[in-house]
Amino acid sequence: MDKIEKIVEQCKDILCDINYTVPKQWKNKEKNRVLVGYLPIYFPREIVWAANGLAVGIMGAGDFKQVVKGDAYYQSYICHMPRGIIDLALDGHLNDFDGFVFPSICDVIRNLSGIFQVEKIGKFSKYLDYPQNFNKEIGGKFYKSELEDILEKIYQINKIHVEKDQLNEAIRLYNINRRYLRIIYDIRETYPWRLSAYELYVIVRAGLSMPVNEHNQLLEIVIEEINKERGVPMDNIRVIVWGAFCEQMPLNLIKSIESAGCYIIDDDFFIGSRWITKDIDDHSNDPLNALTEAFLNNSTFSSSVYDVDNPKEKRLVELAKQRKADGIIFASPSFCDPALLDTPLCQKHCEKNNMKYISFQFSENTGQFKVIKEQVGAFSDSIKLWEDITV
Amino acid sequence: MSTTKEVKKDKSMLLQKEMIAKQFHDLTTAKEQGKKVVYTFVPGNLSELIHTFDMIPVYPEINALQSGMRKKSGSFIKDAEKIGYSEDICTYVKCDVGMMINGNIGPYGEKIPPPDLLLLSYTGCFTFMKWFENLERLYPGVPVAMLHTPYQEGGKITPEMTEYMVKQLKDEVIPKMEKVSGKKYDEGKLKQILSYAKETQELINQIFETPKHIPSPIDAYFAGVYYIGPINTGFRGTPEAVEYYKLLLEEIQERIKLGLGPVTPEGEMTEEKFRLVVEGPPNWTSFREFWKLFYDMGAVIVASSYTKVGGLYDLGFRHNPDKPLESLAEYCMNCYTNFNLPQRIEILKKYIKEYKADGFLVHSIKSCNSFSAGQLAMMRKIENDLGIPVGFIESDLVDPRYFSYSNIKNRLESFFQMLHQRKIMNIKN
Amino acid sequence: MKYYLGIDLGSTTSKAVIVNEHSVVVGRGITNTRANYEIAAEIAKQQAIYNARFTLLKEKVGKHLLSKKEYQKFFNDLENVFQYLQFKNRFEKLTHEMIRQSEQYKEKKELTPILTQLLKDMEKELYKKYLHENLGNKNHFFRDIVSEKYNEKLDQCDKKYFETLMNVFDKSINPVENEIVEYDFQQLIHEGTNILKEHYHELLNSDIDEIASDFRSELELLSGNYNELKEDLLSHIENIAKENIVIENMVGTGYGRALLPFPQECIRSEILCHAFGAHAIFPKTRTVLDIGGQDTKAIQVDEYGMVTSFHMNDRCAAGCGRYLGYIANEFGLSLNELGPLTLQAKRETNICSTCTVFAGAEVRELLNMGEKKENILAGLHKAIVTRAMSLIARSGGARNEFTFTGGVARNQAIVKYVSEFIHNNYGKDITINIHTDSIFMGALGGALFAQKNIKVELDTKKAKAS
Repeated sequence: MDKIEKIVEQCKDILCDINYTVPKQWKNKEKNRVLVGYLPIYFPREIVWAANGLAVGIMGAGDFKQVVKGDAYYQSYICHMPRGIIDLALDGHLNDFDGFVFPSICDVIRNLSGIFQVEKIGKFSKYLDYPQNFNKEIGGKFYKSELEDILEKIYQINKIHVEKDQLNEAIRLYNINRRYLRIIYDIRETYPWRLSAYELYVIVRAGLSMPVNEHNQLLEIVIEEINKERGVPMDNIRVIVWGAFCEQMPLNLIKSIESAGCYIIDDDFFIGSRWITKDIDDHSNDPLNALTEAFLNNSTFSSSVYDVDNPKEKRLVELAKQRKADGIIFASPSFCDPALLDTPLCQKHCEKNNMKYISFQFSENTGQFKVIKEQVGAFSDSIKLWEDITV
Repeated sequence: MSTTKEVKKDKSMLLQKEMIAKQFHDLTTAKEQGKKVVYTFVPGNLSELIHTFDMIPVYPEINALQSGMRKKSGSFIKDAEKIGYSEDICTYVKCDVGMMINGNIGPYGEKIPPPDLLLLSYTGCFTFMKWFENLERLYPGVPVAMLHTPYQEGGKITPEMTEYMVKQLKDEVIPKMEKVSGKKYDEGKLKQILSYAKETQELINQIFETPKHIPSPIDAYFAGVYYIGPINTGFRGTPEAVEYYKLLLEEIQERIKLGLGPVTPEGEMTEEKFRLVVEGPPNWTSFREFWKLFYDMGAVIVASSYTKVGGLYDLGFRHNPDKPLESLAEYCMNCYTNFNLPQRIEILKKYIKEYKADGFLVHSIKSCNSFSAGQLAMMRKIENDLGIPVGFIESDLVDPRYFSYSNIKNRLESFFQMLHQRKIMNIKN
Repeated sequence: MKYYLGIDLGSTTSKAVIVNEHSVVVGRGITNTRANYEIAAEIAKQQAIYNARFTLLKEKVGKHLLSKKEYQKFFNDLENVFQYLQFKNRFEKLTHEMIRQSEQYKEKKELTPILTQLLKDMEKELYKKYLHENLGNKNHFFRDIVSEKYNEKLDQCDKKYFETLMNVFDKSINPVENEIVEYDFQQLIHEGTNILKEHYHELLNSDIDEIASDFRSELELLSGNYNELKEDLLSHIENIAKENIVIENMVGTGYGRALLPFPQECIRSEILCHAFGAHAIFPKTRTVLDIGGQDTKAIQVDEYGMVTSFHMNDRCAAGCGRYLGYIANEFGLSLNELGPLTLQAKRETNICSTCTVFAGAEVRELLNMGEKKENILAGLHKAIVTRAMSLIARSGGARNEFTFTGGVARNQAIVKYVSEFIHNNYGKDITINIHTDSIFMGALGGALFAQKNIKVELDTKKAKAS
């Protein structure tokens, strides 16, 4: 077992742990520490870290848990993720969490924040309404007031006033985290075989459930290892997987895509961890302002953010070209309005730009991948064949 | 029960017909009259502001529901699915997209003029935003004005929320409207329009209070959706709307005096057996059949949340001509789906108590996550808190494939029989 | 004595129950639901009336006699033979119809003799199944019995005629199945007693190993007392046969209730009927789960058996009885084989799709991967129960005593998982009731409503007139 395999093993245990043991242990080490669960997509975790807390990604129960109570909350035409989350909460797996933040992804996640309020889960449940206006004086001011509101809620719990220095330090740590992730994605662009998409997925996801400094250490080792040769190059096509930004794919589905002949060289699985595309100013006198400006000006794109001035389909195809992708796989969770309403727009743009694509739907507890695997395999073969003909 | 076969059209119905006909005439001849057309949504709509600039609003979701009632939505939806829209997603959007790619022929057979401005005032529904991104691609180059309405996530409207909205109105929406219409923003004119709006709101609030009377003179859901038509679709802020609602209120008051029940498509309801509060939009593709399932059983809906999607006036909100932009902002935030779940539960509980309902029914809509996600939790909470019998049925807005008559009938029958048993037991005890 | 009838017209089976004025069940009947609901209801009702006559007969014969083992056996056998005679009558009609059909074909010269022989063999084998394996008391339906046997026979036949013979069967079965045949109760009893006499005689003279020893003593007693018994019986039978079982009131329920040829005021929702029936049998019941062919229902009732809240499955029929039928097909099993095989599972394979469309593919993939049949079945059964449990959770959980009804409650594996879920989620002290006749609960509730004449109006026509 090489170093990366060991890290992957360790990370897999963390992400499959529906009891969130690692964050809970972290919390219990010191008085006044708080745990704040946040749902996909993006949440500026820095503010929680600065308030002596840890923001923990709640990405659903996946296929790790048999959902019964959660099903009682949702009709069959609503996606799977919130059922698992309710089930986790009602079965006590989220006990010890102080509060929850529900970033504005869609109406289902928004209303889930209401269910948490009704069921009195945690000390607070906050729907974080991302501004869809990107003017500093308008949307910026509103966003900043939203962050202040969250800080106030945490203050009510641990009575810690967040100072400038703590925020700047948090920004510095998360800057490192984002920078490392950028480096890993960049290395994989050239040497995708050195770290499989599955390994990458597990490593990034574990970062949502552990202290940022510890995750940074893991990422450092990963970078060191993949700067060296590892694995064997294969005759795979290069794809971007897009649409699974909220409800997550089953781990075996990611493996299936890879084993069907694809290198996944970019994705939006944990787009929130890479949301801010540049380092945020960590020496500012007003760090909340720095966080706000980063959100307004240096955000990546996603189905949950209004995009008329900078259409996402253009940015997606640009990204694909920049990563030298052969094609895009649109993988959307069933009943996901944001992803599925974007798919036709993106596909149209792909066609215009000769970018090959396929699309399928999944849910976090999908158990059979045969059809998807065949579809992806055919996609991979057709691209290889097409290359052979044109060369 | 239930109805007399004699169907007479009330004056208000005829007046409403005239108003809508004129509205459609204005719309179809907009280009000839040199008027600009604004596409926007019903919840949190800025009709008053649009009128201030002499522009004409078009509501895509109204087109979709009209297409549904005229049995055209099914093929529109299939056409949208053919070009890649998933079966899983909102059918209003698909119906609209299907109508556009079929030449944008509206429900009345006239061609709807393309937009000069896309006004995305998105209130209480995230999918609206996605819808407009799709519209923007269908009409490249048409300016888009975005008005983000913050959700009442904390159960209240904070000063920061209002400030955020007013700034958007001032710096984004109004300048774009000035540019498109070629007219300067005239606050005096807006104030005048808002005073009409206020009057209309006062009247419609009184109308929706009348079902507190037993027997209820109106059905606040099935007839209610007709009553909210003018106020929600462009007439709010006009003298015509004031006249219409005055007439309607008089008619209803007359019914109360005579002790009459609600008017149904098959005549007057003669015996009120069950008083219900309903949560969720109705189904449009089988609207008449759906309604009939209720009045045949002697069930009248005394209050519903759906008739509050265009504004919740019973909680006190009125447009205020003295604070025009603030009140536009507050109006947007005061639409039903912009309230959080605990607030929605309280509103429904208030209706159940104040309107003396025998039962609470959820009509859950496949298309509408904003309404539907969380309804089961709301229902259980209401059942536990009030001990009221609850019922649950599901279908869709405009996708005929999701309206299963026998399925709904089966559940409603059980629900009404349960209510009946409970009523008997209550009398016995 | 006054009698009251409840009919539950389900999507797969139609049930009838008759109660007397003391709310005691005297008769039950069941048949498969078919395109013509009226006929299904009529046949179920007929069965229930025959069954009621048997009950009356037993009452007349008296408790002292019925306490004797040989008498119990005799009555059991008599009901079985009674069923057989009805079957035989219908089978003769089927034979006749099929031969008539076969003569329409070009190749009739070869076809008809083959078919005639085949049907003769079937008749013999089925006679044995009735007489030796007690088939008449197993609630199997005419259509299922014949088609299972016919398919078995066809497999041994020349493949050349397979298609044609299938067609002949398909064309004949519906009209024969849907014919309403009135039987003379008295006459069938006479015939039945004669057959039994011969049968007992035959058995006693056959190889001793064929009869279990404790059985043998009863047989000897029966054989020895036969004439006495028959006389005793015949003295009552005339009265019973003549007794007019008048149905004072009736109530129809079930999925197809609207299609029942009943006056509107006699139709009631199955939610109310299932709850009322279950509550009558187990008065401490507060939560009822009913899994039927088309619907799953979670119902809460009060101390009087009145419904306080209920939840039904949504649009999607996954998790209902139909789904089990679909699974059985997928595995090439009969519905009755599903439960026992599933109980042999060592563990449950994780099945994610309870969607009938996806589950098939998932099952095939798992089988390809070498997963054991019974483990997959266990996973599927568990998935169905999970869906039902979410409805229970929606309706407010399980309280006091929990009663499980509906056709699916006959599947032992389902029962096992339901019990596990209820105990794990709502506490070990919750009593779980499952009655052997749980499939009749809806009809029973209907009959009790009819008897108590509790009016629940659902009437539109009547009300309109008022």
